[in-house]
Amino acid sequence: MTDWTRATAAHMADALAAGEVTSSQLTQAHLDRIAAVDGDIHAFLYVNAERALATASAVDADRAAGVSLPRLAGVPIAIKDVVVTEGLPTTAGSRILEGWIPPYDATVARKVREARMPILGKTNMDEFAMGSSTEHSAYGPTHNPWDLDRIPGGSGGGSAAALAAFEAPLAIGSDTGGSIRQPASVTGTVGVKPTYGGVSRYGAIALASSLDQLGPCGRTVLDTAMLHEVMGGHDPHDATSLREPVPGAVAAAREGASGDLNGVRIGVIRELGGEGYQDGVRQRFEETLDAARGAGATIVEVSCPSFEYALAAYYLILPAEASSNLAKFDGVRFGLRVERETVERTMAATRAAGFGDEVKRRVILGTYALSAGYYDAYYGSAQRVRTLIQRDFNAAFEQADVLVSPTTPTTPFKLGERIDDPLAMYLNDVATIPANLAGIPGMSLPAGLAPEDGLPVGFQLLAPAHQDARLYRVGGAVEALLTPSWGGPLTGLAPELAMTTEVAK
Amino acid sequence: MSALERSDVARLAVLARIDMTDDDLDRLSGQLSAIVDAVATLEGVAGPDVPTTSHPIPMANVEREDVVEESLAPAAALSGAPEAQDGRFRVPQILGEEA
Repeated sequence: MTDWTRATAAHMADALAAGEVTSSQLTQAHLDRIAAVDGDIHAFLYVNAERALATASAVDADRAAGVSLPRLAGVPIAIKDVVVTEGLPTTAGSRILEGWIPPYDATVARKVREARMPILGKTNMDEFAMGSSTEHSAYGPTHNPWDLDRIPGGSGGGSAAALAAFEAPLAIGSDTGGSIRQPASVTGTVGVKPTYGGVSRYGAIALASSLDQLGPCGRTVLDTAMLHEVMGGHDPHDATSLREPVPGAVAAAREGASGDLNGVRIGVIRELGGEGYQDGVRQRFEETLDAARGAGATIVEVSCPSFEYALAAYYLILPAEASSNLAKFDGVRFGLRVERETVERTMAATRAAGFGDEVKRRVILGTYALSAGYYDAYYGSAQRVRTLIQRDFNAAFEQADVLVSPTTPTTPFKLGERIDDPLAMYLNDVATIPANLAGIPGMSLPAGLAPEDGLPVGFQLLAPAHQDARLYRVGGAVEALLTPSWGGPLTGLAPELAMTTEVAK
Repeated sequence: MSALERSDVARLAVLARIDMTDDDLDRLSGQLSAIVDAVATLEGVAGPDVPTTSHPIPMANVEREDVVEESLAPAAALSGAPEAQDGRFRVPQILGEEA
């Protein structure tokens, strides 16, 4: 019997169209898998079994009746809990939103429903997407399916772990400084941060509005491209939404799948490598470059000297914007309320009880950075550095079609290892943050397993703004060059998980 | 830039409307001070001639026709409220005795 949880989303869509499987069977198989393994993984904060099966059976009935259906109709999906979903609890990983049932859908949630994809549930994340390990979730961490003692990345560790544990074939993530790409890297999956504004953020709980972007997560480049096309496009409800058509991601991924890279110039960013990068990460990165060179690509080195300051700029801009965005969580309109005699005291008591330490740290830091007397020294300096980083990218893209680096300096570290050292935690995102500061699109895809620890290594691709299709063109080729030696997607090499009969929450 | 002291964190917590205990201040002050030291390396990196970037992609103001559209019904908007009354969000007393 076929284990459908191991199939790609593209294969599932084809099999559904050909009548080889029903959406009810696919959805049930994933719900069974969640019930069996999620007690150990904890990728999901909420499992939406009944409604997912209802969507599936409606799709099956329509297909049987000959109704024309969208390409991914009937293929199940997981959604990061930062996305507001009507009728499904939405917490953003925070105690302050525990039990909140949103009265409306985010635009991406509506698009997923219009695509007729059964929603398996909501995935775990660092509280309000602040973190790189999911350890800042108020509901406990997610565990990496490759090694349960290790982090699945963050903030979107739940979405990435759900893919790597075969609990879902596709997932939605959000990326403010790497929260799609870094979890993809450490779980051996694929994740894309689109160009800023490429996917509507209406109904996405905002962290830092000039950096946030929703994006697709999958186990293959083609699957990720298919979801990108479902999610993307202009939305009048989002003032930052780009007025341009969705990039031809699927066509680009298919073109790339030939493995041909003739005429493609790949720029290696000097500042994102070398010292501080694990040996096995560097080795797999170099091997990937060799494979690309063998397929006809020209490899050049580029320099982006201002990247040295990207992390510091990010940790001023993000807290400043977050401190403003999180002001709405005050116990008045939704979520937790800790009642005191006046509304001001109620707000302060509610926020004290509802926010975790990392949120408190960043709100305080942002309040400081925006306070009178410090604004120009901090926020102003960071915004000037942001301009320098954009200039570095512009110069680098004069020399190359795409830029590359390891996605993360190391393979996943142990849960608990960096939880008490915020600065060490922040270093995880050193290679992913520049893309958010510049608004450009980026992808992480697997480069293999580090020889010293057998854990996944991610290869990051960056393209100029609006050129998301290039990521799929080159990513599709890199994947085609690397996967034969793994016998398929890298996730196929992950150790078998213990199956329990524990019923999912 | 000056170092962030415990008393600064206490003042900022009031501004940010987050109650903090002595334990909270002990725990967070040291970490925040280290983070401020790290981000302070930015000062002077870009000269005053470098323009600021507030937004990564150039954006234009968004307009639409002034027509009535469907919006969230009042009952739906109030559905998640900790407390509501007469179609409004209900909150404790807004002004304290001292105000």
